[in-house]
Amino acid sequence: MDQILPEPFASWFGGRGWAPRAHQLRLVARGAAGKSSLLIAPTGAGKTLAGFLPSLVELADGTRCGDRLHTLYISPLKALTTDVARNLLSPVSEMKLDVRIETRTGDTPPHKRQRQRARPPDILLTTPEQLCLLIASEHARVFFEDLRVVIVDEAHALAPTKRGDLLALALARLRRWSPKHLRVGLSATVADEAGLASWLVGSVDERARDIVIRAAPGAAPIVDVLDSDARIPWAGHTARHAIPEVYAAIRRARLALVFVNTRAQAEMTFQELWRVNEDRLPIALHHGSLDVAQRRKVEAAMASGALRAVVCTSTLDLGIDWGDVDLVIQMGAPKGAARLVQRIGRSNHRLDEPSRALLAPSNRFEVLECRAAQEAVAEGAMDGAAARIGGLDCLAQHIMGCACGEPFDADELFEEVASTAPYARLTRSAFDGAIDLVATGGYALRSYDRYRRIVQDLHTNRWRARNASVAQQHRMNVGAIIESEMLDVRLAHRASARLGVPGARGDRPLVPGRRLGQIEEYFIEGLTPGDTFLFAGEILRFIDVREDNALVVRAPGAENPSIPSYAGGKFPLSTFLAERVRRMLYDPKRQGALPAQVREWIDAQRRRSVVPAPDEMLVETFPRAMKHYLVCYPFEGRLAHQTLGMLVTRRLERLGLHPLGFLASEYAVAVWGLEPMGDVDFAALFDEDMLGDDLEAWLAESTLMKRTFRDCAVIAGMIERRAPGQASKTGRQVTFSADLIYDVLRQYEPNHLLLQAAFADAGEGYLDLRRLGALLRRVKGKLVHRALDHVSPFAAPVMLEVGRVPIQGQAEEAILEDAASLIAEAMT
Amino acid sequence: MALLARSSSPSARASPVLPRAPSLVRVGASVELRLGGARAAALPEGVLWLDEAKALIVSDLHLEKGSAFALRGQMLPPYDTHVALTKLASLIEILSPDIIVSLGDSFHDGGGPVRMDEGDRRLLAGMIGACDWVWVEGNHDGRAAEALGGVTRDCLTLGALTFRHEPTGAPGEVAGHLHPCARVAGRGASVRRRCFATDGERLVMPAFGAFTGGLNVCNEAFASIFPDGVTALVLGRDRVLPAPRDRLLPD
Repeated sequence: MDQILPEPFASWFGGRGWAPRAHQLRLVARGAAGKSSLLIAPTGAGKTLAGFLPSLVELADGTRCGDRLHTLYISPLKALTTDVARNLLSPVSEMKLDVRIETRTGDTPPHKRQRQRARPPDILLTTPEQLCLLIASEHARVFFEDLRVVIVDEAHALAPTKRGDLLALALARLRRWSPKHLRVGLSATVADEAGLASWLVGSVDERARDIVIRAAPGAAPIVDVLDSDARIPWAGHTARHAIPEVYAAIRRARLALVFVNTRAQAEMTFQELWRVNEDRLPIALHHGSLDVAQRRKVEAAMASGALRAVVCTSTLDLGIDWGDVDLVIQMGAPKGAARLVQRIGRSNHRLDEPSRALLAPSNRFEVLECRAAQEAVAEGAMDGAAARIGGLDCLAQHIMGCACGEPFDADELFEEVASTAPYARLTRSAFDGAIDLVATGGYALRSYDRYRRIVQDLHTNRWRARNASVAQQHRMNVGAIIESEMLDVRLAHRASARLGVPGARGDRPLVPGRRLGQIEEYFIEGLTPGDTFLFAGEILRFIDVREDNALVVRAPGAENPSIPSYAGGKFPLSTFLAERVRRMLYDPKRQGALPAQVREWIDAQRRRSVVPAPDEMLVETFPRAMKHYLVCYPFEGRLAHQTLGMLVTRRLERLGLHPLGFLASEYAVAVWGLEPMGDVDFAALFDEDMLGDDLEAWLAESTLMKRTFRDCAVIAGMIERRAPGQASKTGRQVTFSADLIYDVLRQYEPNHLLLQAAFADAGEGYLDLRRLGALLRRVKGKLVHRALDHVSPFAAPVMLEVGRVPIQGQAEEAILEDAASLIAEAMT
Repeated sequence: MALLARSSSPSARASPVLPRAPSLVRVGASVELRLGGARAAALPEGVLWLDEAKALIVSDLHLEKGSAFALRGQMLPPYDTHVALTKLASLIEILSPDIIVSLGDSFHDGGGPVRMDEGDRRLLAGMIGACDWVWVEGNHDGRAAEALGGVTRDCLTLGALTFRHEPTGAPGEVAGHLHPCARVAGRGASVRRRCFATDGERLVMPAFGAFTGGLNVCNEAFASIFPDGVTALVLGRDRVLPAPRDRLLPD
């Protein structure tokens, strides 16, 4: 093995008392042989260093001529590029290697970018978006011609997204300019290794399946499910009941990461922990809405060992390691086994010691879900999405990018695009449609032929951007990250008298002051001035919106703040875990480890209704309080359930049953109305054909569909997110709304490529149509109906969801009484 | 007036098959209002009807907005002109106006009339020829539409009402330009729609064009025109709904 690692590397490892790990050596050997690799390793396995070793070894032999880009490193996070650059510098300087390492992100100043172009570093660390920009520049070929290695970090996080589509396309372009370069992917454990491998290298590299290198697994993690002494709630997502036990676990740990699934839960958990924090332990909060400076402060405090716990969302899922975490606590169910493994990996970065995790389920169904996840982790089983089919919107953006760089030949570009995994099944006609979309908008009415954005050279037939201004427009709108409209949350204070504002202090107008962070605009839209909400760990009172600012004042001690329901991080239950939950529910032999109160609840369901077999779907109908209910239990996650609820309600409406509303939880859908629903032909009600006309009619008005369309239109370049020299906010009043475009397009060109793209996205995203379709096929002929005289133990939780959001005053009492009678009824 | 008594027809939206042209224009529950001494009806399609003069007022058509954007590299669907004109044509068929006033910004820019598709041009010419058609000059298009027929005025008076594109706040004035929109709160959510803005003395018309965005009536631009506060007559799906002032939210 020793000869694989040349000097000065061997002595460097030896000097630190380290032995290079087997996977690190294999990567070096493969690199020397010009072979690509996909390294699958748990955190703490020296993954990043392994990724760079082949490059460093090659650069160290000194035969390269300088000022040519040798290695391109791509990470999904801007912060990670800086961090990795820093970590890379120490071995490089200790070994006295003559290697220049630079980063290029959105923050890199123009003069530095220019210098990088004229005199490229040996190793450039950047993001997928910056790579797209480099490709859309005129001298891209020269810049990348001598490229030897592309390293893709956190490949598992990028591949299943639109950013992954764009990156796969960009890498295919690099292959044209530098056919010999090899790729190194770094990934956490995934279910579909072969799929990820072919995403990384495409079909040009025929040995895609042979590139996977697995690092030796570390010690098996120890995962506990909190067996709370407290009563486990029927419904809700806060795990508030478990706070004292979670706090006790934090006290026993050195540094705990407390993961939650939404930012709202983060705020709530943080508040509750401080309420019981008798020892004044330094517990901090970290989520995507907080001010960047605030987040950096928390990260630094973690690294310096000043904190005992951090309550966080998926913002800490990826990448950078801050501090010596020895316990990961998951509040609420993890929703997927892979996500859980990722999060567990944040603790104990020493491979030989087991990572420790504690799961705190927030309701009874989640107890089952946590157990299922625990079992899956123990077995090393993983959930994984099917390989992604590349978006047509991303393809359009890539085509425009190519046209802004080196003019392209359509046949060549098609071949290149089809060599990537996401677009392997792309037809030539869809590709030509995407070119037309870029050129003229792709409308049947050829009225924009004279305004083409890209034009074809008469002699070479190559396509290029029509002029510098459309190219500039493209560069300002690169990428697949569409952010919601955000408002700055700012503390309001009285305008200063010194600024000449007259009047006594109390009469002077409130003006925006210190910035606390950012919040989605639509959340603020739902508030009325005077409402209170939790943000950045404080209770704030909403005053008003001024331009891009939501003005607030502190309202300490205010009762029952309306809890923000941020969109961020609401993952639906994975198909894989759902199946395990269904099996566990049905098989009493697998329920031994469950808390007594949960077993009792399942037994009561068996007596009062039925516990369906894993392949069946239970439908219950019952009357309650002057209304009639229909509850079904697909266990397919909230998104698919919302769509199902919407479509089933439409059908019931057509049958004349006057449904009044529905509610979708992670596990069940409840519909209520004024007519009994027990006599409905359920086979027909849940028939797959609801995904035809009913879906079509609903999509016409669905706001979720409109949002999906808008995102596609922005990515494809039909709608600009930014125009040169135009401010984002003021633009909205004078431009147009994407909703209007969606309506017009649906009416006049229902088969337009962008509508197809939006529809494909709806299958995965907000509407989860793909999963709904699979569900309807799965339960065909397997429906079990029970007509009950009152609510069942399984139905009670979903009905309680209605009262989940705290409501002030008298209504709260009424809801509590209602809830209490509901449960008593279900268990007797 | 007979127009306002007419009930709305059953919704045409139930059909899952989409028609090639906009669905039938319903003349549903309008809102009758007084402006100074004059009577006018605000229709859910976003136009104003003066029954005595048999005058139809439409504002901010912004025809050829799609092609104006395409010219600059943003390929918006090229159907906006057609959508607006067919909607207007069906209103004309129902109302049979003697006078039509297009209250400025009839085209999105001065080049609009030239870029217009031949079919749309014929449709528009038919409407212009069938009644007295007045173009009021707008800030976007100036007198560009004059070439298509009709007469052009910078300002027009009908009875007690004055029609001009940019509002000055004068009593009895009907204007456009601002594209008023209202965000109405309720049930923990909010709805943003186009609206008429009025205080009973003066009126700002909603924009009629298919791709036109809107300015919230809470914006200070409206405060200077309506110093005593503004009422929003919101365009609902098939009727005009006055929104209580305390339910209006800023953007």
